Amino acid sequence: MTSLRVRLFAILLLATGLIWLSAVAWIYLGSKREVEQVLDTRLQEAARMVGSLVGAVGGTTSDGTPSTFPGPTAYERQLSCQIWSLDGRMVARSSGAPERRLTDAPAGFSEREVDGETWRVFTVEDAEKGVRVMVGDRLGLRERLVTDLIMGLVTPALLVVPFLGMLIWASLGRGLRPLRLMARDLAGRDADDMSAIDAGRTPAEVRPLADALNGLFLKVEAARRHEREVTAFAAHELRTPLAGLKTQAQVAMATTDPDVAKAALRQILAAVDRTTRLVRQLLDAARLDAAGESPTLAEVDVGALVAETVDGMRMPAGVRTLIDPGLRGYTLRADAESLRLAVRNLHENAVHHMDAGTVEWLARPDGEGMLVRDEGPGIPAEELPHVTTRFFRGRHKSATGSGLGLAIAEMASRRSGLSLRLRNRPDRPGLEVEILRA
Amino acid sequence: MRILVVEDDPILSDGLRAGLGLGGATVDCVGTCVDAEAALATSAFSAIVLDLMLPDGSGLDVLRGLRGRKDRTPVVLLTARDAVADRIAGLDGGADDYLGKPFDLDELSARIRAVVRRASGRAAAVLEHGGIRLDPGSLAVTVDGVPVGLSRREVMVLAALMERPDVLRSKAELEERLYGWQEEVESNAVEVHVHNLRAKIGKHAIETVRGLGYRMRASA
Repeated sequence: MTSLRVRLFAILLLATGLIWLSAVAWIYLGSKREVEQVLDTRLQEAARMVGSLVGAVGGTTSDGTPSTFPGPTAYERQLSCQIWSLDGRMVARSSGAPERRLTDAPAGFSEREVDGETWRVFTVEDAEKGVRVMVGDRLGLRERLVTDLIMGLVTPALLVVPFLGMLIWASLGRGLRPLRLMARDLAGRDADDMSAIDAGRTPAEVRPLADALNGLFLKVEAARRHEREVTAFAAHELRTPLAGLKTQAQVAMATTDPDVAKAALRQILAAVDRTTRLVRQLLDAARLDAAGESPTLAEVDVGALVAETVDGMRMPAGVRTLIDPGLRGYTLRADAESLRLAVRNLHENAVHHMDAGTVEWLARPDGEGMLVRDEGPGIPAEELPHVTTRFFRGRHKSATGSGLGLAIAEMASRRSGLSLRLRNRPDRPGLEVEILRA
Repeated sequence: MRILVVEDDPILSDGLRAGLGLGGATVDCVGTCVDAEAALATSAFSAIVLDLMLPDGSGLDVLRGLRGRKDRTPVVLLTARDAVADRIAGLDGGADDYLGKPFDLDELSARIRAVVRRASGRAAAVLEHGGIRLDPGSLAVTVDGVPVGLSRREVMVLAALMERPDVLRSKAELEERLYGWQEEVESNAVEVHVHNLRAKIGKHAIETVRGLGYRMRASA
């Protein structure tokens, strides 16, 4: 599990560190340039100052050894000065200065390694006096000066880092409080508590999450309600035929009249058929519910599918089925299993509403789908929008209907990306159902 | 006993007609609220068996209409929904009893007899008058302890008279209780049944008040 707090902490600390490092680098480079400039100027000034103090070359000591003159104490460790005559004799040097010539350059800045140290030297040549004055300092010293400056900056910063870290950590904790509160609120909920998260109290950044969760709650609640309703209806639709079965069985057992017993047994058979179909439809509906939104769409030969589905069904004596030859080889892009369910339920619906007549399966002339029409009583106009609702049973319901057939047909069509359109036949009583490409 | 069954399921409805008929009742079946209202408007019933979920509305609406008209006909509700809230709504709506589907036919018959008995103000299940005992559950009739074999219709006529022994029952009233709508009634059917009854339980048990009807003769 990744912690948002740890992550933010690491990012913030790293970013702060990087900014600090760049600042230090910048200051280092800037200071170094500045220091070099200042020190170079100092060298120049010192050389000129010494040059102006020196007399003519004749001022050398009589014994020929160069005189050493004491430099200013502050310069003692840092600056060294040599005075050479133009003909190459050392005239004088400061106390800390090396004995070897600091530079061979006749004038200006130069760098040279003397006695293992790099010197930066400024030379002034005075032709009138016949001397060359060289003032130099060690680069190592310069470097130390910059380093000391940087250390002076970095040390307090390093000492502050732990405090800064603590501050960031605590601030993050404070800043993430709304999230923690929301999590605690959610964790403490009952499984069936689907009330919305109070969006007014959540900060703007968490709002999308709260909104998404609220949306999910609504969906789950709707799904649950739907499930409860379906279960209640299913219970009703199953218990009624069971009550019929039981009553008829008790009649058959109690009666002494063989005709009554026979009638009751016939009713029991009918009730068993009907309950079987109901259970199958409940399972079909449950399967469609569970199948989700990922059908496997393919071009389905509708004519073959209708013929195959209709062939396997028991038909009452007076009812016949007509499959339009135009439907042969006609294809629709659909999920084959879903479409089979739709066709079977539409066909059953048609057959169950007719004592006699023809159920016709046709292709639409414009190629936009197919239709089935029956010669039953049709559906009252005001009930048409409701008949695809589960367990809705209108006034013209068939004796063996469950209120599920058209609902399943609609669900199955929708799953295939097809749409179902129901209307009463204009030419005669009967229902016409179209399965259309979306 | 004439019972109206309001149930939209044809198989259950048919079963109730046959089953309650075996228990000695005349049963009329309807499948919608509208038909139930029509039946209640035209005929008197001893009891109503009412399904709650009907295609054109709720059985509770029929019940409320019935009670709104001050009709006190006992009502037994049948429903597949057995949530407590539904039972309470049913009983508060004026139902006398309540049975969840699927139910036992004998239990339904017993409950119907019980609500009918309560409605007529009797406490005992068995009807008694003079030396005659009629058990509405088993339809067994004894006279002075001796069992008498009666036909179903004869028992029904006797039960109708014995429920309120001092009240006169007209011939039309008896016919209505004996025969459902689909049954052909012969014009002298009631007279024939009464004649046969007298032959079996005693000549003077039933009194004829000319032009008005029949009643049990006050016991000596």
